[in-house]
Amino acid sequence: MAVMTMRDALNQALKEELERDPSVFLMGEEVAEYQGAYKVTRGLLETFGPKRVIDTPITELGFAGLGVGAAMVGLRPIVEFMTFNFSILATDQIINSAAKMLYMSGGQFKIPIVFRGPGGSAYQVSSQHSQALESWFAYFPGLKVVMPSTPADAKGLLKSSIRDDDPVIFIEQERMYGMKGEVPEDADFTIPLGVAEVKREGTDATIIARSLMVPTALKAAEQLEQDGVSCEVIDPRTIRPLDINTIVESVKKTNRAVIAEESHPFCGVAAEISAEINERAFDYLDAPVKRVSGVDVPMPYAKNLERLAIPDVEQIVAAVREVAYL
Amino acid sequence: MSSQTTERREKANAPAGGTAGVIDAPTAKARHEISRAAAPEEGRETLIKLLHQMILIRRFEEKCAEAYSLGKIGGFCHLYIGQEAVGVGAISAIRDDDYVLTSYREHGQAIAKGISPDAVMAELYGKAGGCSRGKGGSMHLFDKDVNFLGGHAIVGGQIPLATGVAFASKYQETDKVTLCFFGEAAVNQGAFHESLNMAQLWKLPCIYICENNQYGMGTSLARAMSLQNVAEKACAYEMASEFVDGMDVIAMRQATQRAVQRAREESKPTLLEARTYRYMGHSMSDPGNYRTRAEIEKHQERDPIKIFTATLKEQNILSDKDLAAVEAEVKEQVEQAVRFAEESPEPDESELYTNVYANPLN
Repeated sequence: MAVMTMRDALNQALKEELERDPSVFLMGEEVAEYQGAYKVTRGLLETFGPKRVIDTPITELGFAGLGVGAAMVGLRPIVEFMTFNFSILATDQIINSAAKMLYMSGGQFKIPIVFRGPGGSAYQVSSQHSQALESWFAYFPGLKVVMPSTPADAKGLLKSSIRDDDPVIFIEQERMYGMKGEVPEDADFTIPLGVAEVKREGTDATIIARSLMVPTALKAAEQLEQDGVSCEVIDPRTIRPLDINTIVESVKKTNRAVIAEESHPFCGVAAEISAEINERAFDYLDAPVKRVSGVDVPMPYAKNLERLAIPDVEQIVAAVREVAYL
Repeated sequence: MSSQTTERREKANAPAGGTAGVIDAPTAKARHEISRAAAPEEGRETLIKLLHQMILIRRFEEKCAEAYSLGKIGGFCHLYIGQEAVGVGAISAIRDDDYVLTSYREHGQAIAKGISPDAVMAELYGKAGGCSRGKGGSMHLFDKDVNFLGGHAIVGGQIPLATGVAFASKYQETDKVTLCFFGEAAVNQGAFHESLNMAQLWKLPCIYICENNQYGMGTSLARAMSLQNVAEKACAYEMASEFVDGMDVIAMRQATQRAVQRAREESKPTLLEARTYRYMGHSMSDPGNYRTRAEIEKHQERDPIKIFTATLKEQNILSDKDLAAVEAEVKEQVEQAVRFAEESPEPDESELYTNVYANPLN
């Protein structure tokens, strides 16, 4: 184990997988000579050369589609979006090509590609650069959606995503690149997709959180512990396929569920998880499932307004107290 | 036969005089090669094969129209009638292991690339014996065994994909080339421009073939494109380009051969603009009220099968008896395709859930 930042854990995963498999290559805006807009790809150009670490023009639809085409004939592209906000330009290729190719070709063309980059809220970058898009991508059968919340998860899940034969949307939280944690250094360390992790065990309420909301939920759980409320914190880690069984088993034990997310509430992932809990564990619930989501407005710039737009520890604490009737 | 000047709708977009059939804009002159008159210099076997393929595609598509009206084929169905020389000529210029990607008007190209008419027809019928196992339909024909990579139904969507396939050929250090077909309406999409920029920037062995049939659904070229000489747009990317008579199968073959050589030997892309014309509606549901019968008939005077047949006869390569034999063989092929499609079972209901993921998890 070594202590490292999320950024370095991701970098290590990329490096190890580029070393492991010559059909893996990395492309995106500023990934090579500039060393990555967020320095996740630092040093990779030097190690692997311009054939495998490729600076692209600012042409998201084009290089996303180029990656999918390359994946059709045996390569394993890693396409970096400088931020997932820019993936919006590439959604035709992600959704209409990557997600559906295997199905509409009757199983002939698998698309082993990873689309990765930072997403979610950032610091005062306003409406177009600060948004959570996971519910968009998770909507589509054919895509897998992964959102790590620790450096170790980031490394293990990214390696699994690169080795996976399906298109994976891998969303790194922009505010979490500097977050430190212990990371296994074994080159064979991977974390399987589709497996949730109980980040903290508890008995009185289940908090389901992903990405940036995991550390926030853990802080809330600590605070609630002092008030005598024991919270279980579950991180699905993979949004699609969703490990609903781990969530439902926890809710059956605690009889209360709070779902925390940065994204907008309307048609969001929390809405889906809430529906699943209601369908599978309704009789176990002692209170309605409670969502704590980002507010339903475009992200504002002003610091005070931005703070109000993203769920914080206090909101999660309040939600747990509400479902616990405290 | 010779290349002819295709009538331009807008004088401003007409070539500035010069050789018939050649885009000759002053700014682009240096980069544009000339599509010469296409006198057949090929062996008889090749010429007959080209004719056979064009007639097969024509009759196959006529049968599709019939099957569609009988409700045997559903959804959208875009026919290739009138455009046969483009796909047949171009695909005849590549190797079996080269790649083809195209749009939703792809039955003809799929057959030309080597998918059996049986498997194509069964796919249109939504049957398990279809080349995409009944899951793709008319717009999504695939066959990995012959490197036919689809059938893509978002206008221009196949252009970045083809660019990526060509990228992979270069990355894998093979000398395979990729043909990418699209209609002229796709040229207005960002995907076209983004792809051409990357292809020239990175010297990718991709040949972009714009099938300019002069209508994007019901909107004429003149109403949709500011610069209507598509081949000229390659200038923006310093890409080699050529204007080709898309009604002339030999001109298509030869222009593609030049582009293939550039791709295979120099790893450089080319943009070909094939001027052609579709006789049928955009799809089976299009009555075609945006153009006159006279306009269609004018183009049919230069029907690709008619003019190629005439040339072969003039040069004593093809006799009436030979032609009758080709027609008879085609008739049997098309009838066989229909029989195969009729007899092929529907996909098993369990197929609904297969092929969503290559590595299914939950």
